[in-house]
Amino acid sequence: MSFGDQIAQYVVSGLTTGAVYALVALGFCLIYNATRIVNFAQGDFLSLGGLMTYTFLTGVGLPMILAFPCAVVSVALVGAMMERLAIRPAKSRQVMVLIFITIAASILMRGIFKHLWGKDALALPPLSPEVPLRVLGATLTPQNLWVLGMTLAAIVALLWFFNRTLTGKAMRATSINPSAAALMGIDANRMTMYSFGLAGGLGALAGVLITPITSLSYEVGVIMGLKGFAAAVLGGYGSFVGAILGGLVLGLIESLSAGLISSVYKDAVAFVVLLLVLFLRPGGLMGVKSGERV
Amino acid sequence: MSRSGKRFYAGLGGLALLLALLPLAVTNPYYLNVLNVVALNVLVVIGLNLLIGYAGHISLGHAAFFGLGAYISGILTGSYGWEPWLTLVFAAAVVAVVATIIGVPTLRLKGNYLVMATLGFNLIVSVLMVQLDDITGGPSGYSGIPSLSFFGHAIVTDQSFYWLVWGAVLVGLGLARNLVHSRVGRGLKALHESPLAAAASGVPIEAYKVKVFVVSAVYASVAGSLYAHYYGIITPKTFDIFKSVELVTMCIIGGMGSLWGGLFGAGLITPLPQLLAVVEEYKDIIFGGILLVLLIFLPQGVVGWLEGKRVRPGGRAF
Repeated sequence: MSFGDQIAQYVVSGLTTGAVYALVALGFCLIYNATRIVNFAQGDFLSLGGLMTYTFLTGVGLPMILAFPCAVVSVALVGAMMERLAIRPAKSRQVMVLIFITIAASILMRGIFKHLWGKDALALPPLSPEVPLRVLGATLTPQNLWVLGMTLAAIVALLWFFNRTLTGKAMRATSINPSAAALMGIDANRMTMYSFGLAGGLGALAGVLITPITSLSYEVGVIMGLKGFAAAVLGGYGSFVGAILGGLVLGLIESLSAGLISSVYKDAVAFVVLLLVLFLRPGGLMGVKSGERV
Repeated sequence: MSRSGKRFYAGLGGLALLLALLPLAVTNPYYLNVLNVVALNVLVVIGLNLLIGYAGHISLGHAAFFGLGAYISGILTGSYGWEPWLTLVFAAAVVAVVATIIGVPTLRLKGNYLVMATLGFNLIVSVLMVQLDDITGGPSGYSGIPSLSFFGHAIVTDQSFYWLVWGAVLVGLGLARNLVHSRVGRGLKALHESPLAAAASGVPIEAYKVKVFVVSAVYASVAGSLYAHYYGIITPKTFDIFKSVELVTMCIIGGMGSLWGGLFGAGLITPLPQLLAVVEEYKDIIFGGILLVLLIFLPQGVVGWLEGKRVRPGGRAF
């Protein structure tokens, strides 16, 4: 394998994990735009997506083509429930308290997952049979293509939803100015609930796509959630374009540094780069103005 | 002395008395050990509360400072034969420098960016603790750390460590109160009330924030050093981001911005996992559930709740 082929291979795997980070980062953005909080349970939506697919496949016996959407929808419902049962009844609107509510929800959810699915790693088959393709010297598996294609599809669907549907426009209006939106008769609580639902669905999608490549267990989402959070911050928190860009950049940096330098520090590299970016450009890559700086 | 000052020192005296009497009732080494771990957490939380309650910043990286204190103390005494008390001070100085280097750029960030920066710092330190295994002992940890001694008496028993660590808590509380009522503390309070007015009155906001951040990191470092000499063994898992989350949880549950809050928060949260060990299978579910309910219904923390009770009947505080 020539050096060029190696680079091509690192780019392919970097873009694949990067696309998954982007999906998780988009989930963070949705909830941030609706509530200004960081949802630390975003990674658990990812775990649950994989686990639910596993159950629909082996427990219920559905074919993959049905198990996949069923998992995404069920996690979306869990996301909406989280808003309804934990965020909405909260006595405090302080962002710090709300963030910690999501952390508590994350601990609770992980406990439930561990109880229901056990501690051991489970296996999820790829979405289609593995026939490797060779493109520009790199080996591409169909799962790589599924990840990239589904991420692209999800982004297009989100764009359509926010620009073309009434609910999507109402959600955008609420995120820009909640009181003005309320005056127009938009139910802000419901919009927040939809945001959590969408974020749950996106997390689950990421989970179904990535777990055949990595592994599936009750806590697989923790580190993926953190990387997604890092991607969102890298891109400029709250910006959709930033989330996608941040995810891809983070995936590429990780894959190239693991391949060319050492895989031992892979998890640290992403955060070192992130800190450097934050120090030099506090608003993230897409932060137009340094609005988050005091 | 002001009335709040009198109340504070009365409280401190009461606490000292309670702590002096407690070992008469608690002689079981297991319970003493729990009390000692509570004290170590209280120390970190006092510092963290200065940052959260007074500077209004959240840090999800304080377990890293806790860990740096523990590892520096452990390695220098274990591998290089340094004097334990000296390394405790040296570790605190190193952590102060690290906190300044981290604090100057990150404290200009706000909200989610600061959370991410401190979280990222913690992750990097965790990875280093695991990967630099020639120095740190890797994932299985670093052992053979000598214990502290006091005038020739080695502090090896749970009982003797009890006196040391709770003494440190009393000193820590006193120092924190002085800081809150110093120029820096007043400046930060002004900043909370009105950033614009504070800046206009010439409060050097960024320098003050960095100072509080460094002080809070030093509290964590000292607690870490004490931890290392108490247990004699340290592992990276003790200082990961989950520990950071736990520490901030103690701040919130106890009451943000109250120096006493740390006592309640650490006192409630620390023994919980041990108590729940009986129901191992459901431990995380119950712990997460309790946390969730407390945060939803009691967001002002235990201290805020107690004060709220006192205020409510008359409708105003007096």
